[in-house]
Amino acid sequence: MPATPDNQATQVGRDALVRLVRDEGSRVLATLARTTGSLEVAEDAVQDAVVKALEVWSRDGVPPQPRAWLTVAARNRAIDVLRREARRHGKETAAESLHLSAEALLPAPDVVADDLLRLLFTCCHPALALETQTALALRVLCGLSTAEVGRALLVPEATMAKRLTRARRKIAVAAIPYRTPNAAELPQRLRGVLATVYLLFNEGYNASAGDDLLRSQLTDEALRLARLLYVLLPGEASVTGLLALLLLQNSRQLARLDTHGEVVLLADQDRALWDAAAIAEGMTLLGVALRRTPTRPDLYATQAAVAACHALAGTWAETNWEAVVSWYDVLLTINDTPVVRLNRAVAVSERDGAQAGLDDLEAVGALPGYAALPAVRAELLYRLGRFEEAAAAYREALDLPGNRAQVRHLELRLARSEHKG
Amino acid sequence: MPQYAALIYEAGDPDWSVLDTAEKQATMADYGAFGATAAAVMRGGAALYPTTTGTVVQVVGGKGGETVTSDGPFAETKEVLTGFYQFECADLDEAVAWAAQIPAAWTGKVEVRPIIDFGAGNS
Repeated sequence: MPATPDNQATQVGRDALVRLVRDEGSRVLATLARTTGSLEVAEDAVQDAVVKALEVWSRDGVPPQPRAWLTVAARNRAIDVLRREARRHGKETAAESLHLSAEALLPAPDVVADDLLRLLFTCCHPALALETQTALALRVLCGLSTAEVGRALLVPEATMAKRLTRARRKIAVAAIPYRTPNAAELPQRLRGVLATVYLLFNEGYNASAGDDLLRSQLTDEALRLARLLYVLLPGEASVTGLLALLLLQNSRQLARLDTHGEVVLLADQDRALWDAAAIAEGMTLLGVALRRTPTRPDLYATQAAVAACHALAGTWAETNWEAVVSWYDVLLTINDTPVVRLNRAVAVSERDGAQAGLDDLEAVGALPGYAALPAVRAELLYRLGRFEEAAAAYREALDLPGNRAQVRHLELRLARSEHKG
Repeated sequence: MPQYAALIYEAGDPDWSVLDTAEKQATMADYGAFGATAAAVMRGGAALYPTTTGTVVQVVGGKGGETVTSDGPFAETKEVLTGFYQFECADLDEAVAWAAQIPAAWTGKVEVRPIIDFGAGNS
């Protein structure tokens, strides 16, 4: 069907409705998980309420208090489920207490915030595998369906359903607590939560070839979670740093692919396409995060500082490479990994020339299966006029997995090296 | 409250019935201290002789079949089960905190598994 202005508007309305239902749904779920004491029951109930809401609201319009509507629908369903279970086990308690509980239909904002924070820490509990944490976060906190989570994380729906079921069961029988860690535990637990959110963002960022819209939307979901964390824990420098990092990275989203969906290198991007509002917000947050961590640099704030160097440069040539290399040096003191060393070598090649970068590549270390390493080597060899070696390195990069747009970019470069070689 | 088994795995199939080194004696003293500290949540536990003293039992052909016993299991490379505790705690975080105080967790591994309460109608 051709997209007439009318059904475009309907589509926008539909998207906004889905967004609203998901946002409110995760809040209702967070509170219901506490009052029922079961994430599984709460999820089931909210899922049911969400389906009803989408049906009724798109027909009759959004009610004045959407969250109260969802809460009533979800709570009624939860009571049914709990009653049925109670009958099966000859118990009466849970459903009745829920029914009689004085819990307001619209809990105070700070109560909802506490509930969301609990839910976040439960989904990102270190007793769950990282892949399970990301899946749970998308399912429970972002409100994606199991099928959508599977597609977003490149896992077949049946496998994803099994993984989520296993996770819910572990949460229930191993009694993974539904609570916010105390002050002593918080730093370590928070690191885990931030790592999960960052992983989600990268999943989307590196897959933004447009092959699957849902995958690129992961960046939006990760940003939403980072923003939620920032609202819930405004005093945590690492949370502020992560939000700054995601905003600055994501500000380049529109410039990263050309009209044919090809990857555009940072050097060649049309900087007018960068999202100025996101950059401004990211810079402000970065300033706050850096001021809060004067002596102990933060992992995310430091990476955001690198991103800020790019955001501040009017052109690639105007980039302050001295500052970029310095920030990578700081990053190496807290997170010495081959990927950081690789990125530092790229910055060194810009500051001191291709040969200096190539020399630094020697010290990067092993990055098995990581196409960026041979791709960078190829690029530097090409710049040094060593076309045959460059072609070999491009081939090596092409043998490794990458998304379609990246692969096409490498193929173009390979053809050019072969032509000159 | 849920109960948990803290299953202790150690390398080298140690024999805790023989405290023939100062190191082993010190570790055993650590276990004594742990037992006292964890008394409130402790619901049981045992240390096991080495796997070389174990016997594997199989009934060939299923129920009522022939009982076949064999030596083993053979643990030459892997970490082996050397003992366990049973805790009753509010949640997994508490159980993990107790498990982290078991001396074997400092050198080997402790697996925390929830125990099924058949009386509670859990599936």
